[in-house]
Amino acid sequence: MVDAGAVWSAQDTTPGAIEAALRELLKEQFERDEGCAPARVLNLVVVVDREWRGEILNRLERVGRYHASRTILCAVEPRRETIDASVAITTEGHHRAGELELTRERIVLDLGQHHLDKLGTIVDPLVVTDIATVIWSPHGHPEAIDALLHLSQVVLVDSVNEPDPGSAVHRARDLAAEAYVVDLAWLRSTPWRERVASTFDPTQWRPELARITSVKARHHPQSAIAGVLFCSWLSSRLGWEPGPLVPANGTLRGHAHGRRQDVQLELVPDPEMSVPGLAGVEIGTAGGMRISLDRGPGGLTARRHDPKGTDSTWTVLGASRGEAGILGEGIRQALLRDPAYKRALERAAAMVG
Amino acid sequence: MATVTQANPLVEGLERLPVHPTTLVIFGGTGDLANRKLLPAVYNLAHEGALPERFNLIAVSRSDIPHADYREMARQAIMEHSRRKPDEQVLSKLLEQVRYVPGMFDDDSVFDRLDGELREFDQQAGIEFNRIFYLSTAPAFFPVIVGKLGEHGLADHRGAEVRVVIEKPFGTRLEEAVQLNREVLSVLDESQVFRIDHYLGKETVQNMLAFRFANGLFEPIWNRNFIDYVQITAAEDLGIGRRAGYYDKAGALRDLVENHMMQLLTLLCMEPPVTFNADEVRDEKVKVLHAISPPRPQHVVRAQYTAGMAEGKQVVGYLEEEGVPEDSRTETYVALQLEVDNWRWAGVPIYMRTGKRLARKVTEIAVTLKPVPHLAFEAEGSVGVQPNQLVMTLQPNEGVSLSLGAKIPGTRMRIRPVNMDFLYGTAFLSQSPEAYERLIMDAMRGDATLFTRDDEVEAQWRIIDPILDNWEKSDAPLPTYAAGTAGPDEANTLMEPGDHWRAI
Repeated sequence: MVDAGAVWSAQDTTPGAIEAALRELLKEQFERDEGCAPARVLNLVVVVDREWRGEILNRLERVGRYHASRTILCAVEPRRETIDASVAITTEGHHRAGELELTRERIVLDLGQHHLDKLGTIVDPLVVTDIATVIWSPHGHPEAIDALLHLSQVVLVDSVNEPDPGSAVHRARDLAAEAYVVDLAWLRSTPWRERVASTFDPTQWRPELARITSVKARHHPQSAIAGVLFCSWLSSRLGWEPGPLVPANGTLRGHAHGRRQDVQLELVPDPEMSVPGLAGVEIGTAGGMRISLDRGPGGLTARRHDPKGTDSTWTVLGASRGEAGILGEGIRQALLRDPAYKRALERAAAMVG
Repeated sequence: MATVTQANPLVEGLERLPVHPTTLVIFGGTGDLANRKLLPAVYNLAHEGALPERFNLIAVSRSDIPHADYREMARQAIMEHSRRKPDEQVLSKLLEQVRYVPGMFDDDSVFDRLDGELREFDQQAGIEFNRIFYLSTAPAFFPVIVGKLGEHGLADHRGAEVRVVIEKPFGTRLEEAVQLNREVLSVLDESQVFRIDHYLGKETVQNMLAFRFANGLFEPIWNRNFIDYVQITAAEDLGIGRRAGYYDKAGALRDLVENHMMQLLTLLCMEPPVTFNADEVRDEKVKVLHAISPPRPQHVVRAQYTAGMAEGKQVVGYLEEEGVPEDSRTETYVALQLEVDNWRWAGVPIYMRTGKRLARKVTEIAVTLKPVPHLAFEAEGSVGVQPNQLVMTLQPNEGVSLSLGAKIPGTRMRIRPVNMDFLYGTAFLSQSPEAYERLIMDAMRGDATLFTRDDEVEAQWRIIDPILDNWEKSDAPLPTYAAGTAGPDEANTLMEPGDHWRAI
């Protein structure tokens, strides 16, 4: 549970006044309790539509351990002319004697559409300098991201929110040219990528990687991009040259040119799937091996049909992180660097045209 | 022609690298360590998806119970001790892969049954699982179990790795440690042996290496020319609890100094390794231990706590604790002065102290730098210029603090020390995983960097053993300290002129 400590709010205010209030609140907090120390990990600037402000704040509350140390939430109302602001210093609320407790700052700004192309000038005085700044704009507002790019090192996106895989890939590539991109759609596929890497890791199975002939990915009906990223990841890692995916009977199909043979790619929507991301993957090889992974209780259900005709099934253990956990993971990943995503994006561009 | 296996191209960018399918065998699977630490650690690894893609667990212990009862016992232990609320589905799936083999550790039939269970797992999966044997038993069983593993052909396994994790204490005297090493290494290769010191699994301990070797700021001053003295403190505010049986035989020197604190000292004093690989790091650590001579008797102080106030309550003295013999001479506090006789550290006193029922719980390393050669500032009206002190706190508030002299605001040039603090909690998003989670994963991966090598263990005992010899010969009364205090006054006699213990 999060305790709201010191709070401040004002209507029709300015970034300078907000920053001064924040400084004063931090000083007061320290005077009240020397056992509190402000966390200094990263700034998270979130741009949202005003009517979804509460929902996004709730999502940010549920990210588990991975809270930004300073969150600046900009709630956009189309016709608003002035800036209202509230500032809160929060703690986890279970201070143990002799141990320090961390405090975090949350700034909520209500502002208008016309503020967005100059949002950098509003947010700049409010971010903690010398730590990473991440921007996340889940409801679009590309002009806000453009205005904030010079302040930030990382842009958080969720490609499943784009209308189609083509837009998602192009938007992510454009952003990746300016900043490091953390894509929640990519992070949802992490357990799948880890499992596939593990499955082919034993030395007796590794040669099968060069003999892959088919990859089929089932996905949430609105998450075709999850399948695209999975296939483009395999393409980038295994040296395939993918061609465009084309619609066929509700699926997307295509080929990738491997060194030894072509690989059939197929993305199939799964109407049973209730959460964004992948529902299952199946990989076949020229040697007669078939591997599949499907969501199941307690982890992923793995099945292997090996070239000798033997079948085996097991569970790869792991708890679902849920959408809040994915967002938390996105915040954590903002401090790391994964070179594989950008390479996968390049191959994805060839698949979506 | 030899076949060269290509590296796995799919691992780039993955935080968790693949680990070969593994069967973990816990000897002492119903014991306290298994219940409180090992089983919860395995569960948390499963929860995070960090276990190998295929994983089995076999517990071996004396209690004659069926698989199902052990699974229920394991479920209860995990529910009670896991650092996160268990996910019922993950827990159930994990427990499906758990089996139990009852029996005594010197009974051949136990190892036959164990062999059968291991083979069955391999056959069902159609692969050879790596095997990790975790010896979470009384130390007397370590050579027995290793011997039986050898006799039953379980010390190696075609097509897969076999590793043995051995809990502390690794011997109670040098001779015992040497003998134990000899017995273990008559069956296993050193590369298969993972001697665990869970202190090394703590993030903050590992971070000492990052702190020293990833920052150009400290290395130039990390030597006798700039460092005046070092003190390592591992203070506990608690008493011995229900561990009288173990603690009265071990004492503070064996319990903390011989292993944990010596390891801290090696990390503090070692030369930079060429790479961060297990043997390179351990080579450098062993060199430090070889440069330390056993301390002279006057450089060691031991003591026992008497009744006093701790945690706001009146508490009994050590001799009144349940299970402690009334004539016990076991030390609950020990302080010593050591010196690392090498080019970098010669002449720098290194003080260590540890104890139970001290004023507060803290583990820290304080490095005091030499004072500046000339003081141009006023001493009057202030505490004046103090030597800089760099304090690395391992618990409870993990961080690094540097004391600096700063001007007191006003018209006069008066100086007092101020602290520049860095706290891990403020700068990283994630909590540290439990040390056992890290170490179990490292053992499964075959990374021995954070485990103690045979020559390291023996070098540690070579420093400690003469102290125990002297104590055994002495019948001088043991100094005492009241519970809840900073320890015995006698500890101050260890300090060179001008040096002083930090407040606990």
